Amino acid sequence: MLSTFQYPKFEYVRPSEIAEGREGHYPVVIVGAGPVGLTAAIDLAQQGQRVLLLDNDDTVSIGSRGVCYAKRTLEVLDRLGCAEEMVHKGVSWNVGRTFFREEEVFNFNLCPEPDHHRPGMINLQQYYLEDDLIKRARQLPNLEMRFRNTVIGVTPADDHATLRVETSDGAYTVRADWLIVADGARSPVRTMLGLDIDGKIFMDRFLIADVVMKADFPTERWFWFDPPFHRNQSVLLHRQADNVFRIDFQLGWNVDPEEEKKPENVIPRIKAMLGDDREFELEWVSVYTFQCRRMNRFNHGRVLFVGDSAHQVSPFGARGANSGIQDTDNLIWKLKLVMDGKAPATLLETYSEERCYAADENIMNSTRSTDFITPKSAVSKTFRNAVLGLAEQFPFARALVNSGRLSVPSFLVESSLNTADSEVFAGNMIPGAPMDDAPIALADGTQWLLGAVGNRFQLLHYIPDAGALDAAAAQALRSLIDAPIPVEAIVVAERGTAPAGLKTLIDAKGRVRERYDLREGTSYLVRPDQHVAARWRGLDVAQVRAAVARATCNA
Amino acid sequence: MALNTQPNLFEPGKRHFRAFSPGDDFYEALIETHRELTDEQSAMVNARLILLLANHIGDISVLREAMQIAREGA
Repeated sequence: MLSTFQYPKFEYVRPSEIAEGREGHYPVVIVGAGPVGLTAAIDLAQQGQRVLLLDNDDTVSIGSRGVCYAKRTLEVLDRLGCAEEMVHKGVSWNVGRTFFREEEVFNFNLCPEPDHHRPGMINLQQYYLEDDLIKRARQLPNLEMRFRNTVIGVTPADDHATLRVETSDGAYTVRADWLIVADGARSPVRTMLGLDIDGKIFMDRFLIADVVMKADFPTERWFWFDPPFHRNQSVLLHRQADNVFRIDFQLGWNVDPEEEKKPENVIPRIKAMLGDDREFELEWVSVYTFQCRRMNRFNHGRVLFVGDSAHQVSPFGARGANSGIQDTDNLIWKLKLVMDGKAPATLLETYSEERCYAADENIMNSTRSTDFITPKSAVSKTFRNAVLGLAEQFPFARALVNSGRLSVPSFLVESSLNTADSEVFAGNMIPGAPMDDAPIALADGTQWLLGAVGNRFQLLHYIPDAGALDAAAAQALRSLIDAPIPVEAIVVAERGTAPAGLKTLIDAKGRVRERYDLREGTSYLVRPDQHVAARWRGLDVAQVRAAVARATCNA
Repeated sequence: MALNTQPNLFEPGKRHFRAFSPGDDFYEALIETHRELTDEQSAMVNARLILLLANHIGDISVLREAMQIAREGA
């Protein structure tokens, strides 16, 4: 098979514990250097935390695997300083077309709202994503990555976990004050700890093929229900970087995965789809089944589960890596506060609560897509086909067609960390909401709201003319920084410059005011993971401090 | 009143943050209504459902329009 990508080989280095014959001790150990483990490690290291990242392999993802990276993931990776290259290399797409039997029934545009920095989704092979994350990780001096280091034993304790790690030079022991488990769906560490993960397996198989084509196919997502070239099943076509196309064929349950993977069986399927004359080469083929399940809780004392090790969904909607990266976005600032002694360990309970809530939403949405794409009964199939038949002509039916609801972040409206509104606001930026982006201007050249927030608590305070901020308000805003958990104040304005010691964020197109329903005096407290924690129509330092305490379990 | 063919589903008291959510909530409930029924039972459920909804809609001109569209695609 052809190769458009040269797999890097990461060097194995004999661990210092083996060389020196001693037990290692690290504040944080992360197991698994996939997208989720790497993101967690970069986030911690970027905040000055020493981290050891262990992986049993010595290269990136074999095969393209996760190919859709959602807007929210790109925003998290922007915060970690590594989205730009991925967006540049990846394929940005907005148009999706849906076909039923011979006909196109409708198409949609993913980008309904202008003035956001990142697109709804990019398509990029997982190996590129991991490669870029590893490059970013290598820039961080306090992040140590060890390849071909396999965890073979875990012993939890009240204030640490002990790991036994095997290498080609023998085994060694490390003590981790905190252990983050990112070792994937089959999670050996979860198994070693005897922890359960419950859910259901779907009785269906899918063939995925990466095909290299010089075809002038547009950069769109095409989804077929019951097409003439693959009767009674579904097919998905997606473009990735390097003219690699991902084709996903539903196979049904009663097929032999090993037989289906053979090029002599795959090629005729693709030829039937493309027409015989189009040139293509196979790059990678895999057959998968899937499960929807999650652990009861993601925190077990000093052991914290993230990504597929904690929850799995069907692939429709790209909620695997995307939700795992959001787990780390939620976890890392909390863990850092707990490690620094600035928040009690109960803050980690809220990691589990908030991300279980998000996992349930992801499982619900991907299960609904699965049930629409692969109906489980005759009546379900009749309804599905009726919806598709009506979709060409009637907008209401288009809204019901579900070929995958693409990954979007959860609104954490039930979180105990939120301070409930006591005043009236329009729009969606309620406590618990993931922040909407908007074009802005900061003195340092930042052009997007989500580039100006994150990594710390911040208070956005709105006044039309920043220069008109009175001395008392300026003093109150400046005082927020002087606290064990400092709050950086930012003055959001249409014009002018805030008094000395305060940042001015110019609402370049009025979108911040519009999306956040700002009026003079409105103040938003935002979390380090760019979620709204609280908001008020005025500025009251005592209320801000109380909301920070609530958002960090210090209340 | 003409038949409304724009997306029109909502649930009182429930706030939706995504445009696809109300339709998906309804569709899941619809399929769930048929869970573990035989084809014959499902046909009966559908008939009863249509009768209940028709009475709720009330306006026979709207129902005639819907019945005509439904029949055209059969």
